[in-house]
Amino acid sequence: MANKEPLLQLNNVSVTFGERRNRFLAVDGVSFSIYKGETFGLVGESGSGKTTIGRAIIRINPVSGGEILYNGERISGRISREKDREVTRKLQMIFQDPMASLNERAKVDYIVSEGLYGRGLSERERQEKVAGALSDVGLLPEFASRFPHEFSGGQRQRIGIARALIMEPEFIVADEPISALDVSIRAQVLNLLSSLQEKRGLTYLFIAHDLSVMRFITDRIAVIHKGKLVELAPTELLYQHPLHPYTQALLSAIPLPDPAAEKQKRLLVYDPSRHDYTKDKPQWTEIEPGHFIYANAPELERYRTILARA
Amino acid sequence: MENQEIILSVKDLEIKFDLRGQRLNAIRGVSLDLYKSESLAIVGESGSGKSVLVKSLMGLLDANGCISGGQILYGGQDLASFTNESQWLSVRGKEIAMVLQDPMTSLNPLKTIGAQIMEALTLHRGLAGAEAKAAAVEILRDVGIPEPERRAGQYPHEFSGGMRQRVVIAIAVACRPKILICDEPTTALDVTIQAQILHLLKDLKEKYDLTTVYITHDLGVVANVADRIAVMYAGDIVEIGTCEEVFYSPKHPYTWALLSSLPQLGVKGEDLYSIQGTPPNLFQPIAGDAFAPRNPQALKIDFVKRPPYFEVSPTHKARTWLLDPRAPKIDPPAHIQKLRGLRPLLDPELARLAEEGGMLHGE
Repeated sequence: MANKEPLLQLNNVSVTFGERRNRFLAVDGVSFSIYKGETFGLVGESGSGKTTIGRAIIRINPVSGGEILYNGERISGRISREKDREVTRKLQMIFQDPMASLNERAKVDYIVSEGLYGRGLSERERQEKVAGALSDVGLLPEFASRFPHEFSGGQRQRIGIARALIMEPEFIVADEPISALDVSIRAQVLNLLSSLQEKRGLTYLFIAHDLSVMRFITDRIAVIHKGKLVELAPTELLYQHPLHPYTQALLSAIPLPDPAAEKQKRLLVYDPSRHDYTKDKPQWTEIEPGHFIYANAPELERYRTILARA
Repeated sequence: MENQEIILSVKDLEIKFDLRGQRLNAIRGVSLDLYKSESLAIVGESGSGKSVLVKSLMGLLDANGCISGGQILYGGQDLASFTNESQWLSVRGKEIAMVLQDPMTSLNPLKTIGAQIMEALTLHRGLAGAEAKAAAVEILRDVGIPEPERRAGQYPHEFSGGMRQRVVIAIAVACRPKILICDEPTTALDVTIQAQILHLLKDLKEKYDLTTVYITHDLGVVANVADRIAVMYAGDIVEIGTCEEVFYSPKHPYTWALLSSLPQLGVKGEDLYSIQGTPPNLFQPIAGDAFAPRNPQALKIDFVKRPPYFEVSPTHKARTWLLDPRAPKIDPPAHIQKLRGLRPLLDPELARLAEEGGMLHGE
């Protein structure tokens, strides 16, 4: 965050699925940058395209428009073989469900080191790396000879993290890494992710649908709704004055672990049809330093008066 | 609460499972009174036995599990003594119904929504034909599904996750049960949808005078829905009390640990509190307090003798030696005090302005 050097840039990225009549625009002209060493949060409901963005970055979903730059070089679309190998090593992903994302029939040894095959390592080097990655995530090297079903949910998620770490990545897409875990284990996994970030200078894209955890771990947050970014701001700013009604609705819906606060809470519902975009087209605008919002001119004016009062 | 009518009473329940030749003690002597019209939440980690406990109330234990001791008293009968399916059919669905976690898997993909609701109506309320159809449409309307006549003829894949969960709830309440058990009803849903489903469940509870039991590990959901909370650990209820008692003055070290690990209490740049170690092996007999090995402040006696329940108030009791008059005084961790008076994440002033601007509306 210190030197504000963008590591990853998305310029007007779109992703579509299907052909002609069934064409579906999952991600619609999304632009943002992630700086080196920061944790960037991407929040939205299911079907908003947040996972699709994560997958487009690691080249699983091809982009249909715009480009993705990593260290200033394009990594989307057609790229050279060498570049592709570099990208698949440097950018890694951690998945949501540790029950579903590990191959049930493979031993931990193979699961963790699958990405290393064909990269010219000797068997001894490979085994050393597996042992190293496992101990990095707080598992015993002996676990390499076991199968995934022998582990608890929290341990499986650690295996998933070890699989990403073994490639010595610079950038990790963490797609809801704690949603499927118990409350007590969530804390352990979050602590592990932040200590790894400190030790290795990792950059994270953290995808989630729940804003409550994001406050604690992210530096900046982008909110996505139906494939479009609606608001982006440094974390504290977003919590202090969320401006877009969708962000506000998301915040109002989060259950608070306090019965008194929870019982008098009012739930607010976002209705996109309330935006009047017929005359005045909305634009992605920086309303205060670092705080971007998708709005048209009359809305911006209203948001500015709210900001002045806050 | 003392003068309230008890609708269901679990006494010293023990449940064991046979697994690869070993016996797993899933429920280790649970006693629980469920009051009429209350909303009870059971919280605990996975493997603490909360799902097993409620499954046993409906006779839905897996084939390798059995009730090896204790009673489940409901409507003058001991459900624990039921031996065959026909006995259970008089209770399951009709008296006690259940909403499961994942609406993707709890509906039949090959039948229309209407047919699936009518199935329950025919079986339990003896309705047929046009009458059943009208009742099904009425129930769909009750659970907030728009255009119920048209939607009744559609299949589960034509519904979104939230709407599907509404359908599951519709089927559960179709037979007018007395007790509705909701097993992680919103875990698979988005936060905005989650809030709506919880709202619906609370409405239905009032409308049909239901007694509801929630199973969840989300303490935010618990704070929203529960009158009383039972905290489970290693097949046992370690603490039970009203929602306010458990959140604001918890007594058991495990409850402290559970509340401490809430991310809402985290401070940026510092490690979150996390419970060390793993839950105990339930294949082995447990001596003393099951949580003792993970509790850095455990007393000597915690490893030797299982604590009895100590009464904190008429509604609040906990199984911990800390409440014994001879125990040293150990204070709960200071930061869980922050749970009292948590500020809403959305500033009320901003919410008011948004509503005035017509961009948001209250539900």
